[in-house]
Amino acid sequence: MQIEKLTSVQLDVLREIGNIGAGNAATSMSLLTNQKVDMDVPVVQLIPFGQVMELIGGADELVVAIYLRILGEAPGTVYFIMSLAEAEQLVRQIIHDNSFTLGMEEEIDDFAISALMEAGNILTGSYLSALSDFININMQPSIPNLAIDMAGAILSVGLIELSNVTDYAIVIDTRMNNDEDRNRFKGHFFLLPDTETVPKIFNALGIDYYE
Amino acid sequence: MSSTKQVVKVGIADLNITTAPHSIRTSGLGSCVGCVIYDPVRKIAGLAHIMLPDSSLSRQTKMNDFKYADTALPILVDQLVSAGARKTALKAKIAGGAQMFKFNSQSDMMRIGPRNTEAVICELKKMGIPLIASDTGGNCGRTIEFFAETGDLHIRTVSKGESIL
Repeated sequence: MQIEKLTSVQLDVLREIGNIGAGNAATSMSLLTNQKVDMDVPVVQLIPFGQVMELIGGADELVVAIYLRILGEAPGTVYFIMSLAEAEQLVRQIIHDNSFTLGMEEEIDDFAISALMEAGNILTGSYLSALSDFININMQPSIPNLAIDMAGAILSVGLIELSNVTDYAIVIDTRMNNDEDRNRFKGHFFLLPDTETVPKIFNALGIDYYE
Repeated sequence: MSSTKQVVKVGIADLNITTAPHSIRTSGLGSCVGCVIYDPVRKIAGLAHIMLPDSSLSRQTKMNDFKYADTALPILVDQLVSAGARKTALKAKIAGGAQMFKFNSQSDMMRIGPRNTEAVICELKKMGIPLIASDTGGNCGRTIEFFAETGDLHIRTVSKGESIL
Protein backbone atom coordinates (compact mmCIF):
# COMPACT_ATOMS: atom_id res chain seq x y z
CA MET A 1 0.00 0.00 0.00
CA GLN A 2 1.47 3.29 -1.11
CA ILE A 3 -0.08 6.41 0.31
CA GLU A 4 2.94 8.49 -0.61
CA LYS A 5 1.35 9.71 -3.84
CA LEU A 6 -2.02 11.36 -4.11
CA THR A 7 -3.50 12.96 -7.21
CA SER A 8 -5.06 16.42 -7.13
CA VAL A 9 -8.53 14.87 -7.45
CA GLN A 10 -7.85 12.67 -4.45
CA LEU A 11 -6.61 15.65 -2.46
CA ASP A 12 -9.79 17.52 -3.36
CA VAL A 13 -11.89 14.65 -2.07
CA LEU A 14 -10.02 14.57 1.23
CA ARG A 15 -10.37 18.35 1.53
CA GLU A 16 -14.11 17.99 0.98
CA ILE A 17 -14.26 15.38 3.73
CA GLY A 18 -12.57 17.83 6.08
CA ASN A 19 -15.07 20.48 5.03
CA ILE A 20 -18.10 18.36 5.65
CA GLY A 21 -16.95 17.04 9.01
CA ALA A 22 -15.79 20.38 10.34
CA GLY A 23 -18.75 22.24 8.86
CA ASN A 24 -21.11 20.13 10.88
CA ALA A 25 -18.94 20.48 13.96
CA ALA A 26 -18.77 24.26 13.52
CA THR A 27 -22.57 24.39 13.54
CA SER A 28 -22.67 22.37 16.77
CA MET A 29 -20.02 24.61 18.23
CA SER A 30 -21.93 27.68 17.30
CA LEU A 31 -25.03 26.33 19.05
CA LEU A 32 -23.04 25.34 22.10
CA THR A 33 -21.33 28.69 22.58
CA ASN A 34 -24.09 30.79 21.07
CA GLN A 35 -21.56 32.54 18.85
CA LYS A 36 -20.65 32.62 15.22
CA VAL A 37 -17.96 30.08 14.40
CA ASP A 38 -16.13 30.20 11.07
CA MET A 39 -13.81 27.68 9.56
CA ASP A 40 -10.98 27.81 7.07
CA VAL A 41 -10.66 25.72 3.96
CA PRO A 42 -9.16 22.42 5.14
CA VAL A 43 -5.52 21.76 4.47
CA VAL A 44 -4.71 18.25 3.36
CA GLN A 45 -1.13 17.18 3.73
CA LEU A 46 0.77 14.00 3.29
CA ILE A 47 3.72 14.51 5.61
CA PRO A 48 6.38 12.60 7.53
CA PHE A 49 5.50 11.89 11.17
CA GLY A 50 7.96 14.44 12.52
CA GLN A 51 6.24 17.27 10.67
CA VAL A 52 2.79 16.45 12.04
CA MET A 53 3.75 17.97 15.41
CA GLU A 54 4.99 21.10 13.62
CA LEU A 55 1.45 21.82 12.42
CA ILE A 56 0.54 22.85 15.95
CA GLY A 57 3.76 24.46 17.10
CA GLY A 58 6.13 21.55 17.73
CA ALA A 59 6.29 18.41 19.86
CA ASP A 60 6.86 20.41 23.04
CA GLU A 61 3.83 22.64 22.64
CA LEU A 62 1.28 22.39 25.44
CA VAL A 63 -2.14 21.64 23.95
CA VAL A 64 -5.61 20.60 25.04
CA ALA A 65 -6.80 17.71 22.92
CA ILE A 66 -9.93 15.65 22.67
CA TYR A 67 -9.23 12.48 20.84
CA LEU A 68 -11.23 9.57 19.58
CA ARG A 69 -10.58 6.51 17.51
CA ILE A 70 -12.87 5.75 14.61
CA LEU A 71 -13.80 2.11 14.82
CA GLY A 72 -15.59 0.07 12.19
CA GLU A 73 -14.98 -0.21 8.48
CA ALA A 74 -12.87 2.89 8.03
CA PRO A 75 -10.63 3.25 11.06
CA GLY A 76 -8.75 6.41 11.83
CA THR A 77 -8.18 9.03 14.47
CA VAL A 78 -9.94 12.33 15.08
CA TYR A 79 -8.40 15.07 17.18
CA PHE A 80 -9.84 18.34 18.28
CA ILE A 81 -6.92 20.45 19.43
CA MET A 82 -6.83 23.82 21.17
CA SER A 83 -4.17 25.91 22.85
CA LEU A 84 -4.58 26.39 26.58
CA ALA A 85 -5.89 29.92 26.00
CA GLU A 86 -8.39 28.71 23.43
CA ALA A 87 -9.66 25.97 25.74
CA GLU A 88 -10.02 28.53 28.50
CA GLN A 89 -12.05 30.72 26.19
CA LEU A 90 -14.26 27.79 25.27
CA VAL A 91 -15.01 26.94 28.90
CA ARG A 92 -15.75 30.62 29.61
CA GLN A 93 -18.32 30.67 26.86
CA ILE A 94 -19.95 27.44 27.94
CA ILE A 95 -20.26 28.36 31.61
CA HIS A 96 -20.80 32.10 31.00
CA ASP A 97 -18.00 33.10 33.35
CA ASN A 98 -15.39 35.44 31.88
CA SER A 99 -13.14 35.25 34.92
CA PHE A 100 -12.57 31.52 34.58
CA THR A 101 -8.93 30.39 34.14
CA LEU A 102 -7.53 26.93 33.58
CA GLY A 103 -4.59 27.78 35.89
CA MET A 104 -2.18 24.96 35.16
CA GLU A 105 -0.35 25.49 38.47
CA GLU A 106 -3.09 23.80 40.43
CA GLU A 107 -5.23 20.84 39.50
CA ILE A 108 -7.73 21.82 36.84
CA ASP A 109 -11.17 21.66 38.37
CA ASP A 110 -13.55 18.85 37.48
CA PHE A 111 -16.14 21.24 36.20
CA ALA A 112 -13.80 22.61 33.52
CA ILE A 113 -12.69 19.12 32.57
CA SER A 114 -16.27 18.01 32.16
CA ALA A 115 -17.17 21.11 30.12
CA LEU A 116 -14.22 20.44 27.81
CA MET A 117 -15.09 16.76 27.56
CA GLU A 118 -18.66 17.55 26.70
CA ALA A 119 -17.65 20.10 24.07
CA GLY A 120 -15.17 17.63 22.64
CA ASN A 121 -17.79 14.94 22.60
CA ILE A 122 -20.22 17.06 20.67
CA LEU A 123 -17.61 18.35 18.24
CA THR A 124 -15.85 15.13 17.41
CA GLY A 125 -19.19 13.29 17.30
CA SER A 126 -20.73 15.72 14.84
CA TYR A 127 -17.55 15.72 12.77
CA LEU A 128 -17.67 11.97 12.53
CA SER A 129 -21.38 11.58 11.85
CA ALA A 130 -21.22 14.06 8.96
CA LEU A 131 -18.26 12.19 7.57
CA SER A 132 -19.93 8.83 7.95
CA ASP A 133 -23.13 10.06 6.25
CA PHE A 134 -21.20 11.60 3.40
CA ILE A 135 -19.11 8.60 2.49
CA ASN A 136 -21.80 6.16 3.57
CA ILE A 137 -19.43 3.99 5.52
CA ASN A 138 -20.21 2.80 9.02
CA MET A 139 -17.92 4.65 11.45
CA GLN A 140 -18.20 4.11 15.19
CA PRO A 141 -16.62 6.59 17.57
CA SER A 142 -14.71 5.27 20.56
CA ILE A 143 -15.26 7.00 23.88
CA PRO A 144 -13.50 10.37 23.59
CA ASN A 145 -10.52 11.16 25.79
CA LEU A 146 -9.20 14.45 27.02
CA ALA A 147 -5.54 15.22 27.51
CA ILE A 148 -3.71 18.40 28.40
CA ASP A 149 -0.15 17.68 27.48
CA MET A 150 2.64 18.02 24.92
CA ALA A 151 1.56 17.90 21.27
CA GLY A 152 4.11 15.19 20.46
CA ALA A 153 2.88 12.87 23.19
CA ILE A 154 -0.74 13.31 22.14
CA LEU A 155 -0.37 13.15 18.36
CA SER A 156 1.93 10.14 18.46
CA VAL A 157 -1.05 8.08 19.70
CA GLY A 158 -2.65 8.48 16.27
CA LEU A 159 0.64 8.10 14.41
CA ILE A 160 1.41 4.81 16.13
CA GLU A 161 -1.72 3.36 14.59
CA LEU A 162 -0.17 4.02 11.17
CA SER A 163 3.41 3.33 11.98
CA ASN A 164 3.73 -0.34 11.13
CA VAL A 165 2.67 0.49 7.60
CA THR A 166 4.13 3.89 6.78
CA ASP A 167 6.20 6.85 7.93
CA TYR A 168 3.75 9.34 6.45
CA ALA A 169 0.40 10.58 7.71
CA ILE A 170 -2.45 12.08 5.74
CA VAL A 171 -3.53 14.99 7.90
CA ILE A 172 -6.81 16.68 7.08
CA ASP A 173 -6.54 19.85 9.13
CA THR A 174 -9.48 22.24 9.49
CA ARG A 175 -9.12 25.35 11.59
CA MET A 176 -12.12 26.90 13.30
CA ASN A 177 -11.74 30.54 14.12
CA ASN A 178 -13.05 34.03 14.02
CA ASP A 179 -10.77 36.72 12.63
CA GLU A 180 -12.85 39.63 13.80
CA ASP A 181 -12.81 38.82 17.45
CA ARG A 182 -9.74 37.39 19.14
CA ASN A 183 -11.77 36.38 22.15
CA ARG A 184 -13.80 33.94 20.19
CA PHE A 185 -13.24 30.30 20.14
CA LYS A 186 -10.58 28.63 17.96
CA GLY A 187 -9.32 25.13 17.38
CA HIS A 188 -8.03 22.54 14.96
CA PHE A 189 -9.63 19.38 13.72
CA PHE A 190 -7.20 16.70 12.68
CA LEU A 191 -8.38 13.64 10.86
CA LEU A 192 -5.76 10.93 10.47
CA PRO A 193 -7.23 8.10 8.42
CA ASP A 194 -5.52 4.73 8.83
CA THR A 195 -3.75 3.66 5.68
CA GLU A 196 -6.30 1.00 4.76
CA THR A 197 -9.09 3.57 5.09
CA VAL A 198 -7.94 5.90 2.34
CA PRO A 199 -8.71 3.59 -0.61
CA LYS A 200 -12.07 2.75 1.01
CA ILE A 201 -13.01 6.42 1.11
CA PHE A 202 -12.06 6.90 -2.53
CA ASN A 203 -13.91 3.77 -3.49
CA ALA A 204 -17.07 4.84 -1.67
CA LEU A 205 -16.99 8.13 -3.56
CA GLY A 206 -16.39 6.49 -6.91
CA ILE A 207 -12.81 7.56 -7.36
CA ASP A 208 -10.27 5.10 -8.58
CA TYR A 209 -7.49 4.94 -6.04
CA TYR A 210 -4.90 3.95 -8.59
CA GLU A 211 -5.80 6.31 -11.39
CA MET B 1 30.90 29.37 27.47
CA SER B 2 27.32 28.35 27.02
CA SER B 3 27.28 29.74 23.49
CA THR B 4 29.54 26.91 22.33
CA LYS B 5 27.18 24.26 23.65
CA GLN B 6 24.83 22.77 21.14
CA VAL B 7 21.66 20.79 21.57
CA VAL B 8 21.31 17.94 19.10
CA LYS B 9 17.63 17.36 18.44
CA VAL B 10 16.17 13.94 17.78
CA GLY B 11 12.74 13.61 16.16
CA ILE B 12 10.19 10.83 16.38
CA ALA B 13 11.49 7.47 15.10
CA ASP B 14 14.98 8.93 14.77
CA LEU B 15 18.34 8.71 16.53
CA ASN B 16 21.58 10.65 16.82
CA ILE B 17 24.72 11.03 18.92
CA THR B 18 26.66 13.84 20.58
CA THR B 19 29.77 14.48 22.69
CA ALA B 20 30.61 16.74 25.64
CA PRO B 21 30.05 19.64 26.20
CA HIS B 22 26.94 19.28 24.08
CA SER B 23 23.58 17.78 24.92
CA ILE B 24 21.01 15.73 23.04
CA ARG B 25 17.29 16.15 23.32
CA THR B 26 13.95 14.76 22.18
CA SER B 27 10.55 16.38 22.75
CA GLY B 28 7.05 15.20 23.53
CA LEU B 29 7.61 11.51 24.25
CA GLY B 30 4.25 9.88 24.92
CA SER B 31 4.10 6.13 24.47
CA CYS B 32 7.42 6.36 22.66
CA VAL B 33 10.56 5.62 24.67
CA GLY B 34 13.64 7.83 24.67
CA CYS B 35 16.69 5.60 25.17
CA VAL B 36 20.02 7.24 25.98
CA ILE B 37 23.15 5.11 25.66
CA TYR B 38 26.43 6.73 26.74
CA ASP B 39 30.08 6.22 27.62
CA PRO B 40 30.51 8.22 30.86
CA VAL B 41 34.30 8.46 30.57
CA ARG B 42 34.67 9.33 26.90
CA LYS B 43 31.55 11.50 27.30
CA ILE B 44 29.86 10.32 24.13
CA ALA B 45 26.10 9.90 24.18
CA GLY B 46 23.41 8.72 21.79
CA LEU B 47 19.64 9.01 21.92
CA ALA B 48 16.97 6.99 20.09
CA HIS B 49 13.28 8.00 20.00
CA ILE B 50 11.70 4.53 19.79
CA MET B 51 8.15 4.38 18.47
CA LEU B 52 7.40 0.64 18.33
CA PRO B 53 8.74 -2.48 20.07
CA ASP B 54 9.38 -5.01 17.36
CA SER B 55 10.41 -4.71 13.71
CA SER B 56 8.85 -8.08 12.87
CA LEU B 57 5.46 -6.31 13.07
CA SER B 58 6.41 -4.03 10.20
CA ARG B 59 4.31 -4.27 7.06
CA GLN B 60 6.51 -1.90 5.10
CA THR B 61 8.63 -2.87 2.16
CA LYS B 62 11.18 -0.19 3.01
CA MET B 63 11.30 -0.11 6.78
CA ASN B 64 12.65 2.71 8.92
CA ASP B 65 15.11 0.90 11.22
CA PHE B 66 15.15 3.82 13.66
CA LYS B 67 11.48 3.24 14.55
CA TYR B 68 11.78 -0.12 16.35
CA ALA B 69 13.55 -1.00 19.62
CA ASP B 70 15.16 -4.15 18.23
CA THR B 71 16.63 -2.45 15.16
CA ALA B 72 17.36 1.10 16.39
CA LEU B 73 19.39 0.28 19.50
CA PRO B 74 22.06 -1.88 17.78
CA ILE B 75 22.48 0.90 15.19
CA LEU B 76 22.84 3.46 17.98
CA VAL B 77 25.53 1.34 19.65
CA ASP B 78 27.40 0.99 16.35
CA GLN B 79 27.34 4.75 15.84
CA LEU B 80 28.59 5.35 19.38
CA VAL B 81 31.45 2.85 18.93
CA SER B 82 32.46 4.41 15.60
CA ALA B 83 32.54 7.78 17.35
CA GLY B 84 35.00 6.43 19.91
CA ALA B 85 32.83 5.06 22.72
CA ARG B 86 33.95 1.78 24.33
CA LYS B 87 31.35 -0.93 24.03
CA THR B 88 32.06 -2.35 27.50
CA ALA B 89 31.67 1.05 29.18
CA LEU B 90 28.24 1.82 27.78
CA LYS B 91 25.37 2.57 30.13
CA ALA B 92 21.74 3.46 29.49
CA LYS B 93 18.98 5.69 30.83
CA ILE B 94 15.41 5.60 29.54
CA ALA B 95 12.22 7.64 29.80
CA GLY B 96 8.76 7.59 28.23
CA GLY B 97 6.50 4.63 27.57
CA ALA B 98 3.40 6.36 28.90
CA GLN B 99 -0.16 5.37 28.18
CA MET B 100 -1.65 8.65 27.00
CA PHE B 101 -5.27 7.54 26.73
CA LYS B 102 -7.06 4.90 28.68
CA PHE B 103 -10.10 3.91 26.68
CA ASN B 104 -10.95 0.37 25.79
CA SER B 105 -10.09 -0.59 22.30
CA GLN B 106 -9.59 -3.86 20.52
CA SER B 107 -6.34 -2.43 19.31
CA ASP B 108 -3.35 -3.64 21.30
CA MET B 109 -1.71 -0.40 20.18
CA MET B 110 -3.28 1.06 23.32
CA ARG B 111 -0.76 -0.78 25.49
CA ILE B 112 2.10 0.30 23.26
CA GLY B 113 3.86 2.41 25.93
CA PRO B 114 4.56 -0.44 28.35
CA ARG B 115 5.41 -2.73 25.43
CA ASN B 116 7.94 -0.21 24.13
CA THR B 117 9.52 0.02 27.57
CA GLU B 118 9.74 -3.78 27.87
CA ALA B 119 11.26 -4.09 24.40
CA VAL B 120 13.92 -1.44 25.08
CA ILE B 121 14.88 -3.05 28.41
CA CYS B 122 15.05 -6.45 26.73
CA GLU B 123 17.25 -5.15 23.91
CA LEU B 124 19.63 -3.44 26.37
CA LYS B 125 19.90 -6.70 28.32
CA LYS B 126 20.65 -8.58 25.11
CA MET B 127 23.49 -6.17 24.33
CA GLY B 128 24.80 -6.30 27.93
CA ILE B 129 24.27 -2.59 28.55
CA PRO B 130 23.36 -1.80 32.18
CA LEU B 131 20.24 0.32 32.70
CA ILE B 132 21.23 2.98 35.24
CA ALA B 133 17.97 4.88 35.60
CA SER B 134 14.48 5.02 34.16
CA ASP B 135 11.33 7.09 34.35
CA THR B 136 8.63 5.25 32.44
CA GLY B 137 4.90 4.65 32.46
CA GLY B 138 2.20 6.93 33.77
CA ASN B 139 0.02 8.95 31.43
CA CYS B 140 2.02 12.12 30.78
CA GLY B 141 4.24 13.38 28.00
CA ARG B 142 7.95 13.89 28.62
CA THR B 143 10.67 16.00 27.04
CA ILE B 144 14.15 14.75 27.81
CA GLU B 145 17.65 16.18 27.44
CA PHE B 146 20.87 14.31 28.16
CA PHE B 147 24.09 16.14 28.99
CA ALA B 148 27.12 14.22 27.76
CA GLU B 149 29.43 16.10 30.15
CA THR B 150 27.66 15.13 33.41
CA GLY B 151 25.65 12.08 32.39
CA ASP B 152 22.50 13.76 33.69
CA LEU B 153 19.16 13.11 32.05
CA HIS B 154 16.77 16.03 32.52
CA ILE B 155 13.11 15.10 32.26
CA ARG B 156 10.37 17.70 31.92
CA THR B 157 6.65 17.03 32.19
CA VAL B 158 3.72 19.44 32.02
CA SER B 159 2.37 18.76 35.49
CA LYS B 160 5.40 17.78 37.53
CA GLY B 161 8.06 20.13 36.19
CA GLU B 162 11.66 19.03 35.75
CA SER B 163 13.53 16.18 37.38
CA ILE B 164 17.04 14.80 36.87
CA LEU B 165 18.00 11.15 36.55
